[in-house]
Amino acid sequence: MNDQRIIFEDVSKFYGEVLGVNRVNLSIPPGITSLVGPNGSGKTTLMNLMTGLVRPSSGRITVLGMSTDEPERLFRKVGYCTQFDSFPKGLTGYQFVYSYLRLFGHPHPVADQLATQAIERVNLGEAAHRQIAGYSKGMRQRIKLAQAMCHQPSALVLDEPLNGLDPLIRAETIALFRSLAQEGLHVIISSHVLHEVDTLSDQVVLLSNGYVVAEGQIHGVREEIHEHPMQILIRCNKPSELASRAFCEDYMVEARILPDGQGVLAKTRDADRFYLLLNRLAQSGIEIESVAPADDDVLSVYEYLIGEEAPTK
Amino acid sequence: MSFSRLPWALWRAQILALLRLEVKKSFWTRRGAWIYLLAFAPAVLYAAHSFIELKNGGRGDLGEDTHIFATVFQFFFLRLAIFFGCVGIFVNLFRGEVLDKSLHYYFLAPLRREVLVVGKFLSGLLAASVIFCSSTLLQFIALYCYFSSNTIQNYLFHGHGLQHLAAYLGVTLLACVGYGSVFLAAGLLFRNPLIVTVIILLWEAVNGFLPALLQKVSVIFYLKSLCPVAIPESISSERGNILSLIAVNPTPATPATAILGLLVLCAAVLALSTRQVRRLQIDYGRE
Repeated sequence: MNDQRIIFEDVSKFYGEVLGVNRVNLSIPPGITSLVGPNGSGKTTLMNLMTGLVRPSSGRITVLGMSTDEPERLFRKVGYCTQFDSFPKGLTGYQFVYSYLRLFGHPHPVADQLATQAIERVNLGEAAHRQIAGYSKGMRQRIKLAQAMCHQPSALVLDEPLNGLDPLIRAETIALFRSLAQEGLHVIISSHVLHEVDTLSDQVVLLSNGYVVAEGQIHGVREEIHEHPMQILIRCNKPSELASRAFCEDYMVEARILPDGQGVLAKTRDADRFYLLLNRLAQSGIEIESVAPADDDVLSVYEYLIGEEAPTK
Repeated sequence: MSFSRLPWALWRAQILALLRLEVKKSFWTRRGAWIYLLAFAPAVLYAAHSFIELKNGGRGDLGEDTHIFATVFQFFFLRLAIFFGCVGIFVNLFRGEVLDKSLHYYFLAPLRREVLVVGKFLSGLLAASVIFCSSTLLQFIALYCYFSSNTIQNYLFHGHGLQHLAAYLGVTLLACVGYGSVFLAAGLLFRNPLIVTVIILLWEAVNGFLPALLQKVSVIFYLKSLCPVAIPESISSERGNILSLIAVNPTPATPATAILGLLVLCAAVLALSTRQVRRLQIDYGRE
């Protein structure tokens, strides 16, 4: 089972006196996992730790059952697209990916085929034989991504992979991540763009000042935050009646009719009981068009947990 | 795992892949034109000397020129040109990648760090040995080219000419091996390699005055022992000047001991480098 997970056991990393991350315990399953937090929260440090670029000051990390001290084994299964925007000098995009594959010991035909496939997959085929020095920021980002996935790894670690991509390419790249996750890969993504993470991730790890403040599926994390009532948006034909019936219940905090008069924003301390109430109200003649949680997105969770301005939305 | 079951074929393929990436960089390092100037300066001077001799009738003294070659080779070529050339080439093998923020690409490949050190060392060695051995050869040609073909043939084939040339080329190669390994390690161990370069330069200069055991912890001790022509008496003993202090080699090693000693020194320094690379973390922010 542990061979399928990325595991941090009580991991701390200090850069001299400066805290990188502190006492991190994580067990990351396959699928898309997002590391979310503002600059300096420890996202890149976690990624560098799980790929062995930095070593933990204390604790233990295993990636798919392997130690991060064995690059010769680890990087046959792991690909890492770092945030560093620097490249070996004088190489074309193709040479960059191809030469990396030759370091695996692959003969020319295999390296050539894998490099071409990876470059096509990030839509850089036409620019493959141009010097990287002449690439745009988005193209550099994509060639790094091609290099990280060219050897068909089981885990892909991506530090801010959507930075610098235009909206069209961004959508294509997100679709690529989803298809990789469906193939059973671990896709670990760091981001401070919360709405992207929200729609993309199977699970999130929220970080603040080097500490993991929450982890898991975003809805599950939200339900654990009891001090902030759940907000639920209901679209219905009789909002005043729904609001007055709801307000009789002791677990309701607020029921506000929406400005357009077509629904209610309810705040409740017990979402399960509120949903049962809605069922009863529907049976009693109120037509309910839609029910949707209003604050179980990453942004809200982040603000509730960290209590400071959330990263860029 | 037994020695024979180690993945030698994989390591060989990885080293060749590394060489393909590194050799071009090693031949043309960051702002490295001065290495070529330093390497080929003696050849240019010898060519000028030959040109003047030719203009004066070409009646030079072969013996005197042989001593000139030996002196320039030991005082300038070994101690300064190859020394600083290796600083320029080998210090940058890792240090240059850290400054360019591109070392992590190697660390993200399924590559043993030992293989990385060996591959990088070989790429530097290839560049340094091609540059400096070709310079040695050119110097030899430039110095003797003004003599008549009979004199040259006699010197090469009936005297010690070819022997000397082979020995000088061998010493040049070994100097690249020795200084290369030392400066590869310096680039890994020290953030500012300039200070350690000066310290090594001084250590090499006072080698002749160190206790016998400490003399062996240097590159120049072995190289001096292998040079085929002794420095002329007039420089090495009579005047008591600074050059004589540097040239002194009171207890030279036999050629076999010198070659073996140098290779052992190189292996020890490379082992130290490997240990350092295994512990190295990517933290460009601190550079």
